[in-house]
Amino acid sequence: MAPESSTARPEPRSQPLEIVRLRHWGRWVSAVVILALLVAVFIALSNAQIDWSSVPDFVVYRVMLVGLLNTVLLAVIAQSVAIALGIVIALMRRSANPVARWFSSGYIWLFRGLPVLLQILIWYNLALVIPTIAIPLPFGGYLVNEPTNVLVSAFTAALLGLALNESAYMAEIVRAGLNSVDAGQTEAAKSIGMSPSLTLRRVVLPQAMRVIIPPTGNDFVDMLKGTSIASVIGVTELLHASNNISSHNLLVMETLFAAAIWYMVVVSLAGVGQHYLERTFGAAERSVAARAAKALRAVPLTRGARV
Amino acid sequence: MSEPLLRAVGVRKSYGHTEVLRGVDLEVHRGQVVCLLGPSGAGKSTFLRCLNHLEAIDGGEVWVDGEPIGFRLRNGKLHELRERDVAKQRRDIGMVFQRFNLFGHRTALENVVEGPIRVLGTAPDVARREGLELLDRVGLGQRGDAYPAQLSGGQQQRVAIARSLAMKPKLMLFDEPTSALDPELVGEVLAVMNTLAADGMTMVVVTHEIAFAAEAADDVVFMADGAVVETGPPERILKAPEHERTRQFLARVLS
Repeated sequence: MAPESSTARPEPRSQPLEIVRLRHWGRWVSAVVILALLVAVFIALSNAQIDWSSVPDFVVYRVMLVGLLNTVLLAVIAQSVAIALGIVIALMRRSANPVARWFSSGYIWLFRGLPVLLQILIWYNLALVIPTIAIPLPFGGYLVNEPTNVLVSAFTAALLGLALNESAYMAEIVRAGLNSVDAGQTEAAKSIGMSPSLTLRRVVLPQAMRVIIPPTGNDFVDMLKGTSIASVIGVTELLHASNNISSHNLLVMETLFAAAIWYMVVVSLAGVGQHYLERTFGAAERSVAARAAKALRAVPLTRGARV
Repeated sequence: MSEPLLRAVGVRKSYGHTEVLRGVDLEVHRGQVVCLLGPSGAGKSTFLRCLNHLEAIDGGEVWVDGEPIGFRLRNGKLHELRERDVAKQRRDIGMVFQRFNLFGHRTALENVVEGPIRVLGTAPDVARREGLELLDRVGLGQRGDAYPAQLSGGQQQRVAIARSLAMKPKLMLFDEPTSALDPELVGEVLAVMNTLAADGMTMVVVTHEIAFAAEAADDVVFMADGAVVETGPPERILKAPEHERTRQFLARVLS
């Protein structure tokens, strides 16, 4: 070491040595490859036999707008039900009651374990095995007494399948959120005389939201796209609507592109909504808790593809 | 002397097979300051948490102002209370934690007014005015809009004290209130506690600050291995302890 370092010792100079920056050849090569591929895709699409001019018309077709409405309704209602059920199941999972804990584990195991398409088909075909649904009142008469296929329409079956499946995921997301709030917060709330429900509503849940919102937004985007499964049982959502149109004019790709545009629109809007929600619940963003929440977001809480 | 404000009789507590408290007695009269000293693992903090039923006791009784904490006396038996009824009893018992435990999503003032507004039903404008007065009293009148993460440890602990005081408690419990603080911040918290003591607040303080105990305490309780070793005024316990355990502890802490 000693002799080498003596040769490397800088000599006194009047001018500083020139610095030669590293040439990132790999970056140039990969950029050129990516651009070339994009140009190839563009050429392929412009040479393809697609009637581009018809796409904007299909976007605003009446049946397409009905499909859009059903897609949004299905996703919003299913996600809302899932969030409510998820909170209940998560609280049961943390309960001191062993039966509640056991039930919630089984619930998550079942509804997360089955493919959502299979769940929707089971709800849709319920009338085959249970022809009427009747809830008797204690002193005679019925609260509900209807044929099953009247009660469980295609829309309802899709809603049940999507909501129950998602509720199992929401339960885990909410549980992770509740666990992320330090136990000292609950103790402090107790020490100023807050009841358990007040503690949950005012102290624990608001702080759990920072951990709950990002994966929930992720799931909602998934839900918006996942409603396309309902087309299988004939719910007129976006995909079914585009199939409807193309069955008349055989412009399959054009109608699919029109549906794709709507999916991108609603998914982008959901992303904007999530951004504002996160900002609302991040008022104390610079806090230590926020940093912990950010670390938790990296944990894979959500599934990959829905289908 | 009159009936004590706090009376703990034979309090026992176990975690599994480990007995943490083996029959602890304590009496605190109105306006008294009692410091609990002892080596770590002696059960001081656990005992303090039993006093407001953050920990359920396995045996014995805790009475605050004539009420059995965590229970209701009926037909000569103590019936366990539901959590929401215990919550009502805790309104009168303030608690300050080692790690402050301020609500991280609320500002200092919001932390202070949360209890009065949500639990006591105080009108928000009244609660705000009283909250600002309390923050003023702990020297933080200008920091009401700061979030806990923007405050130093000493400031957070003073906000936590103000949050407890906002409930107008009869009794204040302090669980090592300065142990998590940087040394230069300990003084400001102890100063607030000294003022409180001088104002006549009844306080039970688990602490390692011998100097605070010597100055502020009316009684010092020395605990070891889940039991009280000796009790008495600080002049006697700190200067001329009777028991070897106490002497050893003081020698180690004061060296």
